[in-house]
Amino acid sequence: MEISIMTALNQGLMWGILAIGVFVSFKVLDFADMTCEGSIAMGGAITAITLQAGLHPLLAVLFSLLGGAGAGLITGLLHTKLKIPPILSGILTMTALYSINLRIMQDRASITMLNVKTLTSGLTDALVGSGLPYKYGVQVSNMIIALIFVGLVIGVIYWFFGTEFGCTIRATGMNPKMCRAQGINTNTTIIVGLMISNALIALAGCLISQMQFNTTVSMGTGAIVIGLASIIIGEAMTGKKFSFWAKLAMLVVGSIIYRLVITLILMIPGFNTNDLKLLTAIIVAIALAIPAIKGGAKPLIQKFIGKKGGNENA
Amino acid sequence: MLKITGISKTFNQGTINEKVALNDLSITINDGDFITVIGGNGAGKSTLLNAICGTISVENGTIELDGKDITHLKEAKRAKYLGRVFQDPMMGTCADMSVEENLALAVRRGKQRTLKWGMPKKDREVYVEELAKLNLGLEERLSNKVGLLSGGQRQAITLLMATLNRPELLLLDEHTAALDPKTAEKVLALTKQIVESGNITTLMITHNMQDAITYGNRLIMMNAGKVIYDVSGEEKKNLTVKALLEKFEEIAPSVVTSDKMVLSAGTKSEEAQDNQNQDSAE
Ligand SMILES: Nc1ncnc2c1ncn2[C@@H]1O[C@H](COP(=O)(O)OP(=O)(O)OP(=O)(O)O)[C@@H](O)[C@H]1O
Ligand SMILES: [Mg+2]
Repeated sequence: MEISIMTALNQGLMWGILAIGVFVSFKVLDFADMTCEGSIAMGGAITAITLQAGLHPLLAVLFSLLGGAGAGLITGLLHTKLKIPPILSGILTMTALYSINLRIMQDRASITMLNVKTLTSGLTDALVGSGLPYKYGVQVSNMIIALIFVGLVIGVIYWFFGTEFGCTIRATGMNPKMCRAQGINTNTTIIVGLMISNALIALAGCLISQMQFNTTVSMGTGAIVIGLASIIIGEAMTGKKFSFWAKLAMLVVGSIIYRLVITLILMIPGFNTNDLKLLTAIIVAIALAIPAIKGGAKPLIQKFIGKKGGNENA
Repeated sequence: MLKITGISKTFNQGTINEKVALNDLSITINDGDFITVIGGNGAGKSTLLNAICGTISVENGTIELDGKDITHLKEAKRAKYLGRVFQDPMMGTCADMSVEENLALAVRRGKQRTLKWGMPKKDREVYVEELAKLNLGLEERLSNKVGLLSGGQRQAITLLMATLNRPELLLLDEHTAALDPKTAEKVLALTKQIVESGNITTLMITHNMQDAITYGNRLIMMNAGKVIYDVSGEEKKNLTVKALLEKFEEIAPSVVTSDKMVLSAGTKSEEAQDNQNQDSAE
């Protein structure tokens, strides 16, 4: 029982980083980026190969960040240079990543990482050595590492979006026409925003795979919807006066609550893990529909309903 | 000095919707000019401004700013020299950002955006000072979201954002048309104050003939993508709406009959109403 709660907490923390990544593209940049599902799996794939090669787990983190940023770069270039619509740009990259991820994983659909040094293995050994049962040692060390990374991500993202350059990315998501009038190259800001978003998502993939000692090429399926569910839950609990870092923290809280709810649902006899994605989709669909039902409220993802299209010579 | 030589722009070339918006247009804007631009709907006024800003590219001709050819310079690069205020008060600011954040974005127009903190405390004094000059009490609302402000207040802030870094040229595209008459008057007065105190070269499109005569030192009339009338100095000062309408009838009779509504003075409030209706309908 408490083990499954601990697992849910840890999963919530790690997937919380994905939620922040999805938040950066969908909400900050107002770009419905589908690359996500490919970049999280890429994080897992890169990590598995790096660890199996016996390299330091922090290198796996670094390579995952770079890989994710690269994926974001491709989507950004497809959109800004080749004028492909946001959703399609992301889908193209995501589709390509499926093959690329299989290549990275050396044509295996799933890799199990046993007997490799992970970010948490040292800590787990120390905890077990001090007398903690193994199953708790794993969870506790996972939680410590997850908290450190979540804290770092919130800190860095908060700082970055407060810088002169970071502000221009936020402004791009709100009013690109105004940005260009203020001398901001919106192509650059979109590309950098997508790189950051996907770097975070790949980082989530890296941490999740290390925590689970396993990665699969299809681990990203449904990741966007999970990210959106976390954002919806998190934002529902965010007050108007919350500062930006608190908003980011609430996304992680949203992600944790999502995991806890799922864990509880799965305890109901008759449900099993195969129902997870259906349940998630239903939750998100209902949450997305609330503005339409209430009427007048701002929908979560403006891109989907085509808010933009500002008249050039209005 | 902005020197425009023979620029042309045709939209939807080769289709049935083909529309010549700029037709071999030339004009020289001298430093210190405050030019008002009038002309019927579709005359090409906005297109001229968009061409200067680089929002659209022109097919031929050149645009030179202080001797530098900027015809093919990217929009974001050109913004260094240009300040812009759009007709739609929603367009010039970020609604979900505070007044301070918006001004912080504007103060770096044309400068490198670094990884330094975006809203340094020391800039705040400058913003407060500049906002106080607007006389709208905005200096006390630095941390308010711009979206909470009225259209007139937003337009005043956009005006400040366009001029916080003194631009070589200020471009105003019917920036008071969406405001109610009283607010429009206020924003126009602010425009005059800012333009004159900073001696900023300005191009202001307006549909209000009286405003076009009252403000500025030079007036141009556009029709069918060309400048068809260009007056300045004493001659402009002595213009009347009636004389202007007659001039228009003489030069472009077809426009006057089709665009009577637009060109008659005093339809501003009606138009503003229309615009607002349009905005809310969207
Ligand atoms: N992006 C565009 N695509 C197609 N046609 C356009 C575009 N922009 C302008 N036009 C056309 O070019 C012509 C000139 O338009 P412009 O907006 O410059 O007129 P204007 O003088 O500003 O008119 P108004 O007083 O109504 O604002 C019009 O016929 C317009 O329909
Ligand atoms: Mg116009």
